[in-house]
Amino acid sequence: MRIRVATPSGHYRTPTYIQGKVGVIEAVHGAFRNPETLAYGGDGRPKQTLYLVRFDQTHIWAHAEPVPFCQNDRLLIDIYEHWLEPAPEE
Amino acid sequence: MHDHDAPDSHLPLEADAELTYYEQRVEAIQALLIEKGLLSADDVRRAVEDMDARSPAVGARVIARAWVDPHFKQHLLADAKAAIATLGIDVDTWSTLVAVENTPTIHNVVVCTLCSCYPRSLLGVPPDWYKSLNYRARVVKEPRTVLEEFGLELAPDIEVRVYDSTADMRYLVIPQRPAGTEGMSEGALAELVTRDSMIGVTQAQEPSP
Amino acid sequence: MPGVHDRGGWPDVGPINKAEHELSFWEKRTDALLVLLSSADRRVIRVDELRRAIESLPPEAYETMGYYERWISAIETLLIEKNVLTKAEIDRKAEQIVEQRTIETTE
Repeated sequence: MRIRVATPSGHYRTPTYIQGKVGVIEAVHGAFRNPETLAYGGDGRPKQTLYLVRFDQTHIWAHAEPVPFCQNDRLLIDIYEHWLEPAPEE
Repeated sequence: MHDHDAPDSHLPLEADAELTYYEQRVEAIQALLIEKGLLSADDVRRAVEDMDARSPAVGARVIARAWVDPHFKQHLLADAKAAIATLGIDVDTWSTLVAVENTPTIHNVVVCTLCSCYPRSLLGVPPDWYKSLNYRARVVKEPRTVLEEFGLELAPDIEVRVYDSTADMRYLVIPQRPAGTEGMSEGALAELVTRDSMIGVTQAQEPSP
Repeated sequence: MPGVHDRGGWPDVGPINKAEHELSFWEKRTDALLVLLSSADRRVIRVDELRRAIESLPPEAYETMGYYERWISAIETLLIEKNVLTKAEIDRKAEQIVEQRTIETTE
């Protein structure tokens, strides 16, 4: 899956550093009320499925200055369904 | 010194010191909310007491049980809240909790880059560094360098897994049980489980020889 | 541009300061106020709203304020936004509290 890229305006729970990156769903946490509307007094519905998505560190920070992380280090992050889109074929 | 046991939270706590701007705001807001009947001074006192009662000792107890009881550990990994409830701990008001296990080949570490999500029910209030802008910025990007700053050097073949908790999940690291602890009681084992080892920036303490 | 709270991978940051401090009473009370205001039987403020209000602080303020300074500022903003309290009311009460303490300490 790929994480959608969005111009963050207002309250969002998907950090910028992970937007546009391609990861793999590691686990499904279940459905939760949407914090991005709850934050404005809304009821958070419809609920959004929350996924734990796994990324290779080397894919996230490919263009960063060299830092000592190893090839199999991972980052795992909770992402709501509305931030996910199918990844393009490699 | 602040009086942490002030029986009446209206009383000035430092009669000889001037209140800072923010202290004034807290006092004023609390007084007004009490006047309007939204809460009572007793409610505030109890909430502070509840906060003081939560400490990493709760988490350490859970980890020690997981070290001695493989069935409990499996339950903890599968459904952390349900497993913890079996210890007689009231989990009703807790956020959803996920336990992740350190092994000889995997090391887990937890952060919240957007704010300061933290399993407070198990660990108490987060340390200042956990909430700091620098920890939040760096641990997702250079976890090994950050861990080294905490005195933890990991072999290159160990997989470092950084968990960035963004909202509804709270993560608890189950540190590895130190070598040489066979036969130790659950209570003695719990003493080795530090707060930092349950965040994942250190290992559990070694037993004293 | 990421929001000021969106710190993951933020450039040009230094070492992590590992010094810790025991929470002072006003910090604990700020925490307690949020816990009470967001409790299931009150639901005056949601934690999600608190986060949003904290993130809406001017970036410079966000970076320089202490953790619970951000919290109490956000709680104040939300209570005003929700018409629970007014700013004038809080200002007046804060003045009264300061005056009262001055009397008590000079008696």
